[in-house]
Amino acid sequence: MSESNNKQNSELKFDTKLLHFGDEIDKTTGASSVPIYQASTFHHFDIFNPPQHDYSRSGNPTRQALEDYITLLEGGARGFAYSSGMAAISSVFMMFSAGDHMIVTEDVYGGTYRLLTSILSRMQIETTFVDMTNIDEVKAALKPNTKAVYMETPSNPTLRITDIAAVTDWSKEHDLITILDNTFMTPYYQRPIELGVDIVVHSATKFLGGHSDVLAGLAVARTESLGVQLKQLQNGLGTVLGAQESWLLMRGMKTLGARMAHSERSTARLAAWLNERSDITAVFYPGLEDHPGREAHERQSTGYGAVVSFDVGSGDRAKAVLNRVKLPIVAVSLGAVESILSYPAMMSHAAMPAEVRHDRGITDGLLRFSVGLEDIEDLIVDLEQALQES
Amino acid sequence: MEDNNKLKIESRLAQIGSINEPVTGAINFPIYQSTAFRHPKLGQSTGFDYIRTTNPTRKVLEEAAAALESGDAGFACSSGMAALQTIFAMFGQGDHLIVSLDLYGGTYRLLERILSRFGVTASYVDTNDLAALEKVRQPNTKAVFIETPTNPLMMITDVEAVASWAKSYNLLTIVDNTLLTPFFQRPIELGADIIIHSATKYLGGHNDVLAGLIITKGEALSAEMAFLHNSIGAVLSPSDSYQLMKGMKTLALRMERHEYNALTIAKYLLEHPAVGEVYHPGLSDHPGYEVQNKQSTGNTGIFSFKVKDARYVEPLLRHIKLIAFAESLGGVESLMTYPAVQTHADIPLEIRDAVGVDDRLLRFSVGIEHADDLIADLGNALTAAQQEVEGGVHS
Repeated sequence: MSESNNKQNSELKFDTKLLHFGDEIDKTTGASSVPIYQASTFHHFDIFNPPQHDYSRSGNPTRQALEDYITLLEGGARGFAYSSGMAAISSVFMMFSAGDHMIVTEDVYGGTYRLLTSILSRMQIETTFVDMTNIDEVKAALKPNTKAVYMETPSNPTLRITDIAAVTDWSKEHDLITILDNTFMTPYYQRPIELGVDIVVHSATKFLGGHSDVLAGLAVARTESLGVQLKQLQNGLGTVLGAQESWLLMRGMKTLGARMAHSERSTARLAAWLNERSDITAVFYPGLEDHPGREAHERQSTGYGAVVSFDVGSGDRAKAVLNRVKLPIVAVSLGAVESILSYPAMMSHAAMPAEVRHDRGITDGLLRFSVGLEDIEDLIVDLEQALQES
Repeated sequence: MEDNNKLKIESRLAQIGSINEPVTGAINFPIYQSTAFRHPKLGQSTGFDYIRTTNPTRKVLEEAAAALESGDAGFACSSGMAALQTIFAMFGQGDHLIVSLDLYGGTYRLLERILSRFGVTASYVDTNDLAALEKVRQPNTKAVFIETPTNPLMMITDVEAVASWAKSYNLLTIVDNTLLTPFFQRPIELGADIIIHSATKYLGGHNDVLAGLIITKGEALSAEMAFLHNSIGAVLSPSDSYQLMKGMKTLALRMERHEYNALTIAKYLLEHPAVGEVYHPGLSDHPGYEVQNKQSTGNTGIFSFKVKDARYVEPLLRHIKLIAFAESLGGVESLMTYPAVQTHADIPLEIRDAVGVDDRLLRFSVGIEHADDLIADLGNALTAAQQEVEGGVHS
């Protein structure tokens, strides 16, 4: 995308940007969709003037359109597409070196936890896990070799809220790079770069793709200099997204606004319904009046998202509910047009030791409901029968 | 699968993913674009949970690759560099690697710009020289990494000799088999532990898919690689997995044509007055000729040559018409690369000079066009280049 296009489009409303992001019309043919450039390499018409893209790992026109698209949506300087969310996160972490220290939210995604504690630890990258909702605990974790702070808000699966600006303000005083996993909110509801975050990462497999049909990760850098660093790592490590998947992801992103708005309305209704039930011991959803951190969340986000977690009382009951529901897919992952019901203790957080998991509020009775585009009344009737029988 | 392994490699290649689909009988394996898989019951799995960990389409490719390379497990990655990074993540602070001196620029960059920051060190040697290997070996050495033939100078390493030396010190032998593919060379049968491919090249073969493959031998190594592959997440997508399998079905035909064309053109260039050295291990005076014949059943489709005068390079690249000037290799279309400024720009000048990657060197990835047309294109461009440089002296 040309810079003038980017600037022009950055002034549009978000819902319009989703469809008019600068590359929506193919410049050569006028096609209404970016072509899938399934080419690994590119001819140099002139040896002294190499083409913009010379090898698809280093740059591919379809992937570039996606990367410019997410950059526009997140309001950053440069964006990058990766073969999975974990590839995005692991590539970003390669910015750091042996001896560096990171402060990481304690309820980080299980895969990120595994990466930090069993692979990066071997490379002598040190991590302190803190309750990121408590800024004093974040401050107390600072060491002379601290290089970065890593946040997820709302966190997975208990939807705890981190005050983003409080963390970025403090981090800037200490020259720390702030990284935020924005998978749950997407830029539709939350744009962390506007709150001072340096790097936003996404498992784009979730809400951005939205159709459970593409595995992808994204990162957006706030500044050009961080962008250059991430570009070198993406190319050097080769953790890039393919052209087909880049196209599929852009196709999904065009309906992000419509999907998020619908799912959020349904989730609010489901959360309220669960909250009324005496057989549910806890409901976690930032849209509930008494949800801890709600105030901070409302300051930094324009919505509450489409994931609600709730505790059915025991592990046995959780398992029974999972076996009785008929509509939601019982599976890992979230953020799709289909509703997905997950069991964090045995799925997303299985890599976490049980005592650590319990400490972080991920109890044996906890279920995570990612609300899709079905009619919410059908989902409630289905969940009710599953709860009644269990 | 058992029976398939008794078939000749041509038959196994043609049937990758065929007759594997039990529900509909589809001859080509479907592209499972699904990211998540429904659990039949809690605690039960169909064998598929989440696309990053394993995916039906990717699995067919991975099993085929493992069988073709005589390994135990295969792992498909988003690029050759992603495959390499995943393998290198086995190592950590304080580990040391021994690596081919004449190696791909991207590998050098990964080792020196990224892994070095995590305390992994590397020594670069002529891996065909066991005394040199012995000399750089340290108590903390963990692996030997070989490319044979090397790119771009086509140096040959005796895989069996290096693997058996490595075994005696408990070092892993990792072989980049991109250039020969299992159709011509199967390093695991020669004692290697891990095979890596930039499958973007001959395996895919059509310059239309970016992919990497890892093949491991042994249960523990395979389990470790599965853990890293899933945790780092640099996996290949289902649609690219399908494209790669489709390419691999014609690998045998393509390699035979690549080999024939490359050798024919190398012999033509040997006689050309504008050309000096020609580096092709199928030429009988190539220093690696005998080892190559012992460990491989054929030659790859790339070779390198040096024009006599560096000033020929620019006009030559300008005048070629049929042959594209682009990075990469191994596709059905012919490509020419200028390593000193393209693929090897990240390698310091002194290392490039030591191995001979200088400003007269060109690498030719010979496609499957007719050899006569390629020779005519190259001949015209060489003549035109000579004429421009020599100031219009016509014979």
